[in-house]
Amino acid sequence: MAYSEKLMDHYENPRNVGSMDKKDTTVGTGMVGAPACGDVMKLQIKVNEEGVIEDARFKTYGCGSAIASSSLLTEWVKGKTLDEASEIKNSQIADELALPPVKVHCSVLAEDAIKAAIDDFKSKQTAESEV
Amino acid sequence: MKLPIYLDYSATTPADSRVAEKMAACMTIDGDFGNPASRSHVFGWKSDELVSEARQHVAALINADPKEIVWTSGATESDNLAIKGAAHFYQRKGKHIITCKTEHKAVLDTCRQLEREGFEVTYLEPEESGLVDLAKLEAAMREDTVLVSIMHVNNEIGVIQDIAAIGKLCRSRGIIFHVDAAQSAGKVEIDLANLDVDLMSFSAHKIYGPKGIGALYVQRKPRVRIEAQMHGGGHERGMRSGTLAVHQIVGMGEAFRIAKEDMAEENARILALRNRLWEGLKGMEEVYLNGDIEHHVAGNLNVSFNFVEGESLIMALKDIAVSSGSACTSASLEPSYVLRAIGRNDELAHSSIRFSIGRFTTEEEIDYTIQLVKSKVAKLRDLSPLWEMYQDGIDLNSVQWAAH
Repeated sequence: MAYSEKLMDHYENPRNVGSMDKKDTTVGTGMVGAPACGDVMKLQIKVNEEGVIEDARFKTYGCGSAIASSSLLTEWVKGKTLDEASEIKNSQIADELALPPVKVHCSVLAEDAIKAAIDDFKSKQTAESEV
Repeated sequence: MKLPIYLDYSATTPADSRVAEKMAACMTIDGDFGNPASRSHVFGWKSDELVSEARQHVAALINADPKEIVWTSGATESDNLAIKGAAHFYQRKGKHIITCKTEHKAVLDTCRQLEREGFEVTYLEPEESGLVDLAKLEAAMREDTVLVSIMHVNNEIGVIQDIAAIGKLCRSRGIIFHVDAAQSAGKVEIDLANLDVDLMSFSAHKIYGPKGIGALYVQRKPRVRIEAQMHGGGHERGMRSGTLAVHQIVGMGEAFRIAKEDMAEENARILALRNRLWEGLKGMEEVYLNGDIEHHVAGNLNVSFNFVEGESLIMALKDIAVSSGSACTSASLEPSYVLRAIGRNDELAHSSIRFSIGRFTTEEEIDYTIQLVKSKVAKLRDLSPLWEMYQDGIDLNSVQWAAH
């Protein structure tokens, strides 16, 4: 299968690989996928007081397209507000990386990951304000 | 050393140059291009002679009679001809067939077709080693069992089944025994004169012959009958019609001749390379060898690198040509059915790489491969959330995954 240059670049030089402290209340963690399906994506965002994503980190177990999709996503969400980040669509990722049809699910997983990370952050904030 | 390094000899092999040379001499006006079925002139006679020579070479490697060899287009056709042919011929005796879950698709899909025609098929579960348990096979045999089909060497995990023992069991019950030997001919000793095997499938391109040609061994004593699947001019004693592909047949014959001559020496050399590769890899954390190593063909090494996904590893290993047990090219992301059948969990089944070593592999290539695999697995593990969880002591089975 021939992959696009952008995809190969993200796969070979993945951006923002790493982990943040899960317990930090300014960090939101999204873990999606399952080993049985061959894809697990972990995306973490660090959000400042203005509600802007200051930093993002990922780790992905999966094929090259899954790794590239999550790497690209971390680049895109940085500097965005939570609302802006939640509007990222899987089709934008698929287009940018020119994912072949059988790999479109990788971009869906990336969209799920950012949504899950935002939800996690928001639920932490609610929990905090209730204290 | 030339890159990429070819380590996919179980998928196919390059033709030996001696094979290619012989084949080229059977093509053009200056060569032996005749139709071996032409009885009226020297062109036909000469081709017929070449075909019978090739038949002898193939028979010699497996200690069979040349009259027991039927040319086909490859092992897939041989499997189809053997299984459908025997099932159809003996269906009045019974309509039950036994095979194993780790067989090649050419056998499994043929059995599925017979199920659609009203046959009943038992798919045996192999042991964790990949081997078929004789007691379980015996327990599956019934009054109406007409055929057992078990492969000699598995294409993914390289295990060698005990076809001598299985053959004895089948013979004692009067059941026809078919063996797919595509991966074993020229690599494992096959002595058909002393094996209770009725039908055996062969391929040329797995042992340095050309693609598009194979053979089916059809035992004469005691005689086994099969119904033809391809009808026409009555070639191959009516079992497989179609003008004989002389250049292909000559190529297969030459490949089998060379295999007989070099097998012992070549096997020892390949085994040393395989052991060198495993020695180099086994020290890594969380690597698992798939398939019983005692009963294992020399050229195969199937390894699971836990917490790394097979397809991404293959992408990272682009300097070596290997294959992944995990055929995740479709949206369904099915892990290898062979690894699942021997009880490997999803992560391990998704993490497997098959290295297959052959005639032209060098020590230098193996050493390069070891270094490359080590560094790329480490890189991908740094990327893997599963590896991180494992390092943190989290049991992955305890996690609630959101399957998609």
